[in-house]
This record gives sequence, structure tokens and C-alpha cells, in this order.
Amino acid sequence: MRIFLFAGRTTKEIVRDPLSIFFGLGFPIVLLLLLSAINRSIPVTLFDINEITPGIAVFGLSFMGLFAAQVISKDRENSFLTRLFTTPMTSKDFIIGYSVPLLVMSIAQGIICYIVAILIGLSITASMIFSILLLILPSLIFVSIGLICGSLLSEKAAVGICGALLTNLSAWLSGIWFDLDLVGGLFKDIAYLLPFVHAVAMGKAVLNGQYSAMFPHLWWVLGYAIILTILAIVIFRKKMQAD
Amino acid sequence: MTIAIEVQSLTKKYDKKTVVDNVTFSINAGELFGLLGVNGAGKTTLIKMLSCLIKPSNGDAKLLGKNITQHPEQVHQLIAVSPQETAIAPNLTVRENLELMAGIQGLNKVNRKRKADEIIMRFSLKPYENQRSKTLSGGWQRRLSLAMALISEPQILFLDEPTLGLDILGRRELWSLIKKLKEKTTIILTTHYLEEAEALCDRIGIMKDGKMKAIGTAEELIKISKAATFEDAFVYFVTGGDIQ
Repeated sequence: MRIFLFAGRTTKEIVRDPLSIFFGLGFPIVLLLLLSAINRSIPVTLFDINEITPGIAVFGLSFMGLFAAQVISKDRENSFLTRLFTTPMTSKDFIIGYSVPLLVMSIAQGIICYIVAILIGLSITASMIFSILLLILPSLIFVSIGLICGSLLSEKAAVGICGALLTNLSAWLSGIWFDLDLVGGLFKDIAYLLPFVHAVAMGKAVLNGQYSAMFPHLWWVLGYAIILTILAIVIFRKKMQAD
Repeated sequence: MTIAIEVQSLTKKYDKKTVVDNVTFSINAGELFGLLGVNGAGKTTLIKMLSCLIKPSNGDAKLLGKNITQHPEQVHQLIAVSPQETAIAPNLTVRENLELMAGIQGLNKVNRKRKADEIIMRFSLKPYENQRSKTLSGGWQRRLSLAMALISEPQILFLDEPTLGLDILGRRELWSLIKKLKEKTTIILTTHYLEEAEALCDRIGIMKDGKMKAIGTAEELIKISKAATFEDAFVYFVTGGDIQ
């Protein structure tokens, strides 16, 4: 019951912030509409609706990292977490209570993104459902990064890193806005060492029904998701039992 | 008289720095015990150890018979902490904050609502119950923070600088609430306001450099230090005076 109560509180804390709603939901949709409009005027394959939609869906998840970092670092700074650490709540209650609402919001955000894409021309297919479900893996990555930053850094630093740095990294190094082959070299090598481009490539492959093409991207994303989730749990538990 | 808190040689070290140094004392059930000291004296660290937020380097303490080192989860069932900061969920309403804390302590929906109703009346929070807590003034946020600590009816309550930053009226209002708690709850209160300790506390412990320099009633401390006022007595103990 404690988990549900705490998860409910996390949800209210985020959705009652109008800026969160705008950036988490409105901004990715604005980008989707804008890029589709550009594509209608100057057609670019990269901005075709079935190419751009999985990319925008992944990019939108980067805001979940920001929300996680913001809510946890704020709870630390105003000592709300200190208060809760002196109650019977366990580390499991905290980690699930912070993460699950954000994972649910990630899927909801993905569904809304795909609904908007359908309204502007994306064909409805069964693959779409798998593409949305697979968003759970990159959302685990972003939420875990948010948990780590929120547990370790001040609110200002956590929001700075997850707000500015993480959203930019996931934008520039994901191949959403431009083909990474056009830049090539070290930039491309670094991008392929990070999970963002793999998450987008995986989503595109599944949406287009090319299931075999989601490999090896799935392994990259799964590997990052597992490692970062474990790391987030270990760091949060360590901070909870700090001595 | 039942002993509620029994502290034995409690010590906290960070690398080579000793923040709390071999502190031993006890507090009776129903007592309001004040912890005084200049900044860095070790008051907050001592409270953090007693509330199982940090582990002691040496020594131990029993809260109503439960060891803080061996049974922190049992200690958590007995205590509540109102930290220095307001420690509230800013986007939740006053009622939601109270019901959240009640639920975390294991109360079902009906009892959560009943307890929240009780506390709202007791702390005169009715006009603000549906207002988001971040929109309350500093004084009302402090009042809510204290109310959140009390919703679980703790047997031991830690108040870390409960009136910090409040104006004199806000402070007096909170004093009157704290005085009413004494009947049912054992309270440890840290403060920088000497008049607050003098007005509220049954006994006062004065800490300096991690050590407990003196313990007694305000009158006893004045008498021992041969000072004219409690402020003079405090200065005497934190500038080198000592009693064993």
C-alpha cells in the first residue's frame, strides 16, 4: 500500500507542474507537427512520418529523466526524503514509487505521440503496439539516469544535467534530426556507443515491421537499461543508508 | 519514571573528525529535552543517529528499549522527525500531505481521513486544507511540518530547530502547540533560541565540539555556572566551563 500511496504522490507532484506537462507532452508533439510540416514543404526521407515518429517518441522520454531528477533532488533538498527515511518505508517502496509513475507516463506519452502521428498521416499497423511497448526500455534508461542524478546532485545541478545536457545529448546523438553518416568519424562512433541512436533505430525497425533489423540495437538498449537500473538502485540504497 | 531514551557512549566520526564524541545521557518518558550548542556542536548529527538516519561509529542508544543499531525498523515505528527544513510535498495539498504520512505509517483509508481531520482541527489548518502546501506562508508550512510528524502519534518526537525563521508570533504559536504535546510524547528539540529552550524544555543539554558539556534544568545550569541569566550560563559552558 505504501508503494501505491508514494507512487500517487510522485504522479501528483509531476502532473501538477504546468511546465512539466508542456515539456513532457506538448513539446514533443509540437516538434512532431513542425517536422511533418517541414517535410511537406521540403521532403526529406529522415522526416517521413514513419521515420520521425519513433525518434520523437524516444526524444520525449528524455524529459522523464528530468522529472525523476527534479522530484528526487527537491525531496532531498527540502528534507522531505529525510522525513520519509524515518518512517517504515523501505528502499523498494521508494524506488518503485518514484519509477513506476514515470514509466507509466512514458508509455502514455508514447501513445499520445503515435495518436498525433496517425492524425497527420501515419498508417495504423500492429507493429505500432510493439514499437510503443518497446519504449519501456529507453524510458528505464532515462528514469534511471534521473534517479542517479537526483540522488547524488543538488536540485540545480540535477535539473541542469538532466534538463539541458541529457535532452541535448539524446537529441544530437540519436540520429533523429540528421543522418549520423553525414557527420561520420568520432561523432558517429560516440553516438553508437550511447543508447539513444540504438533506441531510435530499434523503434524505426519495429514500426516498419522489419523485426530482424531491431538487432543488435535491442541488445544495446537492453544492456544500458539493465546496467543503469541496477546502478540507480545501488546508489539510492547507498544514499538511504549513508553513514 | 520510565526511561524513553538511553544513550550510551554514542560517537560519530567522519574520517579523522569526531562530530559526536562519546555522548551518554538519558531522557525520561514524557520529558521535553532541549539540545543546545553553537553551529557544528553535533546536535543534528546526534538526532540523525537517534532517528537511525546515520549509523554511529561507536556506542549505541535504546529508544523505548529498541536498539538503534540492531533494530532501526522497530525504532522507525516509534518515532517521528520534523527536520530543520519544512519537509513537505510542495504540490500536494495540506490534507494530501497529512493523509500521505498517515498512509505511510500503515493507516487504512478511513483512518487516514479521520486522523487528518483530527490533526487539521488541532493545528487550525482547516482554512488551508485544500491549498497546495507550497503556497502557504513560512509559518503555516512549519505548522504543517509539525502536524505531519504527529499524525502517526509517535511516542518519541525529534524537532530539529522547529521555529527557525519564524517571526515572534509564529514562534509563540508553535511553542503553545509543542507544550501541549508534552503530555503524551517524549520530545527532543534542538534550537538556537535560548529563550525557546528556557520556556519549553524540562531539561537542557549543552553540546560543544561533539561533547555533552552540561545537562540540567535551566535553573540548575544557571546555578552551576554561577551566571546571572540563562544566556550567560550557555556562554559559560560553550566557552570552556564544564560540569561532570
